[in-house]
Amino acid sequence: MDEIMSKNNSEYLIERNDNVYEVVIGLEVHAQVTSNSKLFSSSSTKFGAEPNTQVSLVDAAFPGMLPVINEFCVRQAIKTGIGLKAKINNKSVFDRKNYFYADLPQGYQISQYKYPIVGEGNVILDMPEGQKQVGIERLHLEQDAGKSIHDIDPSNTLVDLNRSGVALMEIVSKPDLRSPDEVNAYIKKLRSIMRYLGTCDGNMQEGSLRADVNVSVRIKGSTDLGTRCEIKNVNSIKFMQMAIIYEANRQVDLIEEGQEIDQETRLFDTKKNETRSMRSKEDAHDYRYFPDPDLLPLEVTDEFIDKLKSEIPELPDDKKKRFIDEFKVSPYDATILVSDIDTAKYFEEVVAKMGKNRDMKLAVNWITGELFAVLNEKNIEIAQSPISAKNLAKLINLIKNGTISGKIAKTIFELMLDGDIDPQIIVEEKGLKQESDPKALEALIDKIINDNREKAIEYKQGKEKLFGFFVGQAMKASGGKANPQLINEILKKKL
Amino acid sequence: MSEITSLTLYELIKNIKEKKISSNEAAKSFVDRAEKSKKINAYVTENFENCLKLSKEFDDKPNFDLKLPGIPIAVKDLFCTNEVRTTAGSNILNNFVPTYESTVTQNIWNEGGILLGKLNCDEFAMGSSNETSFFGNVQNPIAEDLVPGGSSGGSSAALAANLTPVTIGTDTGGSIRQPASFTGTVGLKPTYGSCSRYGIVAFASSLDQAGPMSKDVKDSSILLEVISSFDKKDSTSIDFKRNNYSSELTRNIKGLKIGIPKEYRVDGMPDEIEKFWKKGIEYAKDCGAEIIDISLPHTSYALPTYYIVAPAEASSNLARYDGVKYGLRSSGKNLIDMYEKTRSEGFGEEVKRRVMIGTYVLSSGYYDAYYLKAQKVRQLIKQDFDQAYNKVDAILTPSTPSSAFKIGEKSNDPVSMYLNDIFTVPVNLAGLPGISIPAGVDKNNYPLGLQIIGKPFDEQTVLNIAYSMEEKINYKNNITDWWMK
Repeated sequence: MDEIMSKNNSEYLIERNDNVYEVVIGLEVHAQVTSNSKLFSSSSTKFGAEPNTQVSLVDAAFPGMLPVINEFCVRQAIKTGIGLKAKINNKSVFDRKNYFYADLPQGYQISQYKYPIVGEGNVILDMPEGQKQVGIERLHLEQDAGKSIHDIDPSNTLVDLNRSGVALMEIVSKPDLRSPDEVNAYIKKLRSIMRYLGTCDGNMQEGSLRADVNVSVRIKGSTDLGTRCEIKNVNSIKFMQMAIIYEANRQVDLIEEGQEIDQETRLFDTKKNETRSMRSKEDAHDYRYFPDPDLLPLEVTDEFIDKLKSEIPELPDDKKKRFIDEFKVSPYDATILVSDIDTAKYFEEVVAKMGKNRDMKLAVNWITGELFAVLNEKNIEIAQSPISAKNLAKLINLIKNGTISGKIAKTIFELMLDGDIDPQIIVEEKGLKQESDPKALEALIDKIINDNREKAIEYKQGKEKLFGFFVGQAMKASGGKANPQLINEILKKKL
Repeated sequence: MSEITSLTLYELIKNIKEKKISSNEAAKSFVDRAEKSKKINAYVTENFENCLKLSKEFDDKPNFDLKLPGIPIAVKDLFCTNEVRTTAGSNILNNFVPTYESTVTQNIWNEGGILLGKLNCDEFAMGSSNETSFFGNVQNPIAEDLVPGGSSGGSSAALAANLTPVTIGTDTGGSIRQPASFTGTVGLKPTYGSCSRYGIVAFASSLDQAGPMSKDVKDSSILLEVISSFDKKDSTSIDFKRNNYSSELTRNIKGLKIGIPKEYRVDGMPDEIEKFWKKGIEYAKDCGAEIIDISLPHTSYALPTYYIVAPAEASSNLARYDGVKYGLRSSGKNLIDMYEKTRSEGFGEEVKRRVMIGTYVLSSGYYDAYYLKAQKVRQLIKQDFDQAYNKVDAILTPSTPSSAFKIGEKSNDPVSMYLNDIFTVPVNLAGLPGISIPAGVDKNNYPLGLQIIGKPFDEQTVLNIAYSMEEKINYKNNITDWWMK
């Protein structure tokens, strides 16, 4: 029933009757700060510990306990701000967001409301139709809540406070996203930048990255914003995309039926693939924000910010540019190589180990081809690659200097998987070295021509197709080790 | 033995150092007297046995280099004490035993002090008469059925009744100075940031400050020196150079300029308070101070400002008492029902009133008109003092607009109760140090206090003026031990 028009790859439009709608999306991403201890206490943030084993008196809000800011988390937020090309505010304020819940021990969340630590910035998305800039509204620091567990005990809710007080960065985008594909690219880019910076591991399975998704629709071409609905706490890109598609179509249907859209908070039911109302605007919480009197305003000097700027590593956009300029990698390949910091690191290490006589094309193809296939198949990250960058570089060099053929290389690659074995050793032990001695190959070819006189005559008479037959025979006779280039040359000469 | 309990802290330390009195003898004297003084209802939790044991241990291995060598001390029950029940005067913390120690009390134990017990106070320090405590009224040793002031009412009563040589209170809007005034004792609220708030049950975080309460000014200087410290565990603690308050104490205040703010002559102030204040000014002159009339124009807004800021912070600070983690939990049908029952049963009327006020003033639609406006006025009040301090070194006012009143007299009239804090509240809003010293009696022979307000971090000048005036005033409480009869 949904007519989705597709002018180019990432555009998402909904057509109903004679109307064409576009969807307007803004994201509030909650990214867990990579830090050993929590935002206002020294408890560990390690994932997966036994419930309530990483809880200090401050995290559990015991009487008289006071928050003390973790400077490392402040540095991480500022670094992230720099990565988002955003304004870093010299003064920001921690506020209390007041509400009651069993997993919120203080009865308030310490967050930043009016004065966030990071202001406006932007990120660049690489879409099939070209680059797109997405505005960042702000980034602020806040505490995570604990976890309520409803499905262990039939009559009680259990509370785990391990997560209580863990530092989160809330990154709020401007309503600049227009399609599920752009959302995918945006989240991936954000994650990539933070992983480069080491400020968030971006692990969505562990809840390190989740988002509230704001969705509205409007007639394409209109500049007014429609009434938006906020879909709370979606924890995978796929679910975000599914939720957006459902929600956008729901809103279009309402408009087409002449109904109003209520501004409300909705939940995405992943099993039913639908969003449903959680609370309306009228029922919205009054959080009674006010500056936390236990904390002074957070002040950072320009020197402090400059120092952090000097510690920022090369980020994906810059790295991509360098790969294109310096390594002559295609923009398409460069995008793939820089998207993940570990892939980029692996690639650069391969390049370095290849030495002077390096072959970029081979390196890119082997990484994005053979290696990625293995990683996919084994469902592991490149950081856990069974073949080290050093040995892959060696393998590539063996191809490049003619020691082995590309075909043999694939066999060697398979053998290398079993314990990251040096390809040189495999070549020697298995005797896979390419036969490149012209005299030996001449003798071999002389014999083949002798054995196939009739075919050789036919070839000379013009049946050029038979050339392949002789190559095949030569390769077969050499056990696949003959240097194909030399075979060609010798055959041409002898026939 | 009764002599020991009437000694000042300074005298007691001297006697212990000279080995004329042992720590254990001192502890015994205070415990004995407390046993005969149950009617005062000063204690919420007694730590007597442990105190006697620890005093013996001190005597076995004495260390006379400490500032409080083996001195038994009772403290307000707002300070969390490791393994000793801490209630904040509330039913909701009736069963709460901390596993940690407040920085201020830890400082006392580090200097050789020994905990006698936990003293009654208004619930969560919200009150001016100790009548909001879940653990009942406290008798003022001055006369029967008289309130001891609040919220540090158990502390002031224990001090006046010689149940502890010194004590500590907390002061959010006058909770040290007003009870000191009502009981003929000395109470000092230090500059905000001087004493760590770590481990003190919070009432209003931007106003709360711990301070010494004592029989005379010298004792307060000794105790302040012990409890005031920079503490990384409290982000609002301030790292400034602290004086050696007791050894730098001097009666020479010649030439110091003392300001008299005209706005403190409030409407309806009794004649006798006006006269009492004038007498105080004469004492200051006698000490060699120069008297200068000053203006603190926003004084009349201080009380309404305070009663917005303090409840706002309190409404949020008290959200943690929800029955989930510790303290009282009433059973309910579901989470919301459990919250409602726990907080209904756990909190008293005054606490509920302030949580309601605080929630209201922070609500969307009212925030700007109340909380934000109050914050702006608070700045103006601060500026008033800043400007005054261009001209004067300290300010002299009455501590309270009246002497102690009868138990029950104002408990049904919160506004008249709030008016008690009219002279003390501006000092908290501006974060300044202020002391109340006894300076005379009213027509009923009930004590009245004078308040000396200082510049930020200038506790030394405040103490010196008080020390000097104290000698001239020569006030003595006339306490008959009526409760023992």
